[in-house]
Amino acid sequence: MSWRKKDMTGSRKNLNDMQSITKDRISKEGMMYLFEKNFGRICQNDTKPISEIRGKALSSFRELGFPNKRMEEWKNTDLTESLGKIYDYNFDPVSGVAGKNIFQCNIPHLDTAVIGQLNGWYISKDVPLIELGNGIIMGSLAEAMVRYPAIVEKHLAKYAAFGNNGLTALNTAFAQDGVFIYVPDNVQSPKPVQMINVIQYTTDIFLQSRNLIILGKNSRLSLVHCDDSYNHEGSFSNIVTEVFLDENSFLDHYKLQNLNNNSTLISTTVMQLEKAAHLDSHFLSMNGGLIRNNTRIDFQGNDGVANVYGLYLMDRKQHIDNQVFVDHAKPGCTSNEIFKGILDENSSGVFNGHVLVRKDAQKTNAYQSNRNILLTDTAKANSKPFLEIYADDVKCSHGSTTGQLDSEALFYLRQRGIGEDSARMLLLYAFAAEVVSKINIPQLRNSIEDMIKKRLQGELQICEQCVLHCTTPEHPIEFNIDVSKI
Amino acid sequence: MESETNKFLDEFTQSEYKYGFVTDIESDMAPKGLNEDIIRFISAKKNEPEFMLEFRLKAYRYWLTMKQPNWAHLKFPQINFQDIIYYAAPKQKKTLTSLDEVDPELLDTFKKLGISLEEQKKLSGVAVDAVMDSVSVKTTFSETLSKLGIIFCSFSEAVQKHPELVRQYMATVVPYTDNFFAALNSAVFTDGSFCYIPKGVRCPVELSTYFRINAANTGQFERTLIIAEEGAYVSYMEGCTAPQRDENQLHAAIVEIIALKDAEVKYSTVQNWYPGNKNGVGGIFNFVTKRGICKGSNSKISWTQVETGSAITWKYPSCILLGDNSVGEFYSVAVVNNYQQADTGTKMQHLGRNTKSTVISKGISAGMGQNSYRGLVRINKNAVNSRNYSQCDSLLLGDKCGAHTYPYIQVENKSSIVEHEATTSKISEDQLFYCQQRGIDKESAIGLIVNGYAKEVLKKLPMEFAVEAQKLLSISLEGSVG
Repeated sequence: MSWRKKDMTGSRKNLNDMQSITKDRISKEGMMYLFEKNFGRICQNDTKPISEIRGKALSSFRELGFPNKRMEEWKNTDLTESLGKIYDYNFDPVSGVAGKNIFQCNIPHLDTAVIGQLNGWYISKDVPLIELGNGIIMGSLAEAMVRYPAIVEKHLAKYAAFGNNGLTALNTAFAQDGVFIYVPDNVQSPKPVQMINVIQYTTDIFLQSRNLIILGKNSRLSLVHCDDSYNHEGSFSNIVTEVFLDENSFLDHYKLQNLNNNSTLISTTVMQLEKAAHLDSHFLSMNGGLIRNNTRIDFQGNDGVANVYGLYLMDRKQHIDNQVFVDHAKPGCTSNEIFKGILDENSSGVFNGHVLVRKDAQKTNAYQSNRNILLTDTAKANSKPFLEIYADDVKCSHGSTTGQLDSEALFYLRQRGIGEDSARMLLLYAFAAEVVSKINIPQLRNSIEDMIKKRLQGELQICEQCVLHCTTPEHPIEFNIDVSKI
Repeated sequence: MESETNKFLDEFTQSEYKYGFVTDIESDMAPKGLNEDIIRFISAKKNEPEFMLEFRLKAYRYWLTMKQPNWAHLKFPQINFQDIIYYAAPKQKKTLTSLDEVDPELLDTFKKLGISLEEQKKLSGVAVDAVMDSVSVKTTFSETLSKLGIIFCSFSEAVQKHPELVRQYMATVVPYTDNFFAALNSAVFTDGSFCYIPKGVRCPVELSTYFRINAANTGQFERTLIIAEEGAYVSYMEGCTAPQRDENQLHAAIVEIIALKDAEVKYSTVQNWYPGNKNGVGGIFNFVTKRGICKGSNSKISWTQVETGSAITWKYPSCILLGDNSVGEFYSVAVVNNYQQADTGTKMQHLGRNTKSTVISKGISAGMGQNSYRGLVRINKNAVNSRNYSQCDSLLLGDKCGAHTYPYIQVENKSSIVEHEATTSKISEDQLFYCQQRGIDKESAIGLIVNGYAKEVLKKLPMEFAVEAQKLLSISLEGSVG
C-alpha cells in the first residue's frame, strides 16, 4: 500500500492552505497509515480523555474495518464502488475563505442563525465560537475542545458507540472539527439554527466531521442541518452527529440532503433522550449518489417522545438506505416512525427500522411505517421493519407497503381533464405531503414543498449555492394544473 | 391488580406435556456417530439403489464443508453431531400386510397419542402413515388410494417401488446444498412419507403422517415428498410427538412439495414435539426445511402450521411461485412457553406473473419463551402484477417473554403491491374486563381470547386437526382450561 504524495502542481482554485493531501484508494491499512502520518495534526487540540477515546476508536477500526455486504445491516448497501475511488483528505482547517461568499442562502422569510461548514470544517464569520447573551454556545467543535473541555469530554463519543461500527470508529479516531451547539438549562433558542455543510473541492474528497449538540434541561432548539454539494466532484462524507437531550428538553431537528450524484454520504446520528425529552426529527433526502442514514434513538429516561419522519425522492442510479434503531430502554416512551419514498429510474431504496423494547420498558408505544412507490421496473425497494420486544405491556406495530399510484385516483383526475403527467405529479406530491406536513416551521415547510415540486418535475439540480436558496418567494413553484376543475 | 394478573398468568401458563411416555419397543439401532460408514449402513439397511447412496454421500461431503447457521434469534448449546444415533428402527420380523400384525405396543403408543390407526381407518377415513424413530411403521388405506392411482407410502417403499419418481423429484425443491440441516438430512434421512397424486385426481381423503421419536439419543431425519400432477388436489396433515427426556434430541426434516399446472396442495402441521420441562431441560431441537414449488400455472400451495412443541423451532415453510397466476399461502400459530424458542416464518418468492401470496402469522409468547417471526417476500422483476399481503401479530402473556418480527420485503417491479403489517400487544384489559363482567371467569376468558386470536389460522386446518390444535393450544397455555 503506497501513499503517493499529492501532486503539488495540481489545480486548487478557490481554496488555499490545503497542504496535507494524500491520495489513494481507501482501505483499512491505508486509513491506519494516514492516521499515523498525520497524528500530530489530528490530535493537536485533544485533551487527555479525548486522545484516549481516539486511541480506542482507532483500535476498534483496526478490528472492524469498513463494512461489507456480508454484514446483515449492510446487505442492501454496497460501498465497494464508493470506497474504490481515489479521494483527497485534508487535515488542516480551511481558512481565508469568506463565509458569506459560500453561504448566501437562507430560508425565505425565516431568520436563522447560520453555522457554515466547508468540507466538514467550521467556517467562521468572525470568531470560531459564538457565545450568545442567553448562554447558548455555538461554533467549531475543535475550538470547543479547547475552550470548554469539561462539556465536550462529558458528551463526546458517549452516545455514538464505536465498538461494533467501523465507520463510527473511523470518524471518532479521525474527526478534527465539526459543529458544537450547547443550549444551557431553561434556555429556549429564539430562532432556528441552520447548519450548512457544503462540499466544494476541485477533486474527489473524503471528509469526516463530527457534530455535538447538547440541550440542557427544559431547553428548546430548532435545528436545520443541511448537506449540500457545490459542484459535481465526488465525495465520501462520513459524518457523525451526537445529540443529547436532557430532561424535558425539546429538539426540532431537520436533516436536508441534497448532494450531487457522485457523492457518498454516511450520516450517523445518535440521539439520547433523558426523562420526558421530546424529539421531532425529519430526514429529507432530495438527491445524492449514495446516502446512508444511520439513526439511533436511545430512551434513557421515562416518558420520552421521538417522532422520526423520512422522505426520499430518488432517481437515476441513486441509492438511499435509512437505518433507524430505537432503543426503548425505559418505560412510558413513545416512538413514531414514518418513512416514505418515491423511487424512479434505476434507483433503490432501503428501509431498515429496528425497535427494541427492553424488559422493563413497559407502557411503550412504538410505531413504524415505511411506504414506497416504485415508478419503474428497474427501481427497487427493500423494507425490513423489525420489532424486538421483551416487555408485555406495550403497543407496538408496524406497516410496510410497496406499490404504485392508485389507478382509480389517477383515472379520477384524468377524467376531469388533467393531463396524465400532471395528475401523476399531483398524486406523488400528495404521497409526500404526509411527511412534509409534519414540518413545524412554516417557512421551511413552504420551501420544502417548493423543492419537492421542483424535484418531481425533474427541475431540482444540485444548487449553485445552498439547496434552500433554490426558490424565491417571488416565484413560487406551481404545478401546471387548473385546480378549479377538480 | 397487575401483580395478581401476572401471578395468574404464571399459573395459567404452566402445564405438563401429555405425550411424554416412552414405549418399550425393541429397536434396531446403528452405533452413535456420523461418518461415511454410517451412511453406507443406513443405505444398505434400507436396501437402496445406488443413486440414493451417491446422493447421500454427496450431501454428506458437502455438509462437512458447512457451518451451523447462527443468524436465527435462538440460543442453544452446540450440537454434537457425533453423539447422535442416526438410525433407530422399531424391530420387525417380517413385512406387514395388515394392522393386526403391527406390534401391539406400537399400536398402543399411537392410541395414547389419540391416533388409533384402527379407529382412524374405520371412522375418519383418514389415511395415516405413522413414522416412529425415523421409520415408517404402517400406512393405512393405501389400497383404497391405489385404485385411484394415488401413491401414498413410506419414503423407503417409494424408493423401492417407484425409484423413477423419487429420482425425478427428490431434492429438486430443497437441494442438499440448500442449508446446513438440509444437507445433514439428505445424508442421513431414514424414512418419511411419499405421496403422488396423478393427473386430474382429487384425493378423496385427508392424507396424514404421524411422526414420533421414541428411542433415546436418536435423531429423527425424515423426508417427505409430495407431487401433485396437473389438476390434482391433496390435503396433507402432519403431526409430531416425542417422549419426555432430559437430553435434547435433534429433528431435522425436509418436506418438498411440487404442484404442477392447476394442482393444489394443502399441507397442515400440528407440531407438538416435547418442549422440555418447566426449567428448560430437555426437549426437541427442531430444524426443518419445508418448501413447495408452484411449478405450473394456476397452481396453489398452502401451508398451515400450529407450532406448540419443541425446545427450539427453526422452520420456514416457503413457496416458490414460478407458474403464472400461482398462489402461495402461509398460516401459522406459534406458541412458546417456559424456555421454548421459536424462529419461524416463511419465504414467498414471486417469480411468475400475477402471483399472489398471503401470510398470516400469530405468535403467542408466555413464560420465558422467545418467539420470532422471520419472513421474506420477494417480488422479482418478471413477477408483474403480483400481490402479497402479510400480517404478523404477537401476543405476550407475561413480562419475561419476547416477541420479535423480522419481515424482509423486496420489490423489483412497479406493478406489484406488497403490504405488511404487524402488531404486538398483550391481552387487553378491556377484553378481559368485558368477559368477566359477563360472568366468564378469568381463566376461561383468557382461553377464549387466545383461541379467538388464533382463530384466523385454526379455521384453515382440516376438521380433524382443528379440534386437536385447539386442544393443544389449551394444553400449551391454559392449564386446566379445555
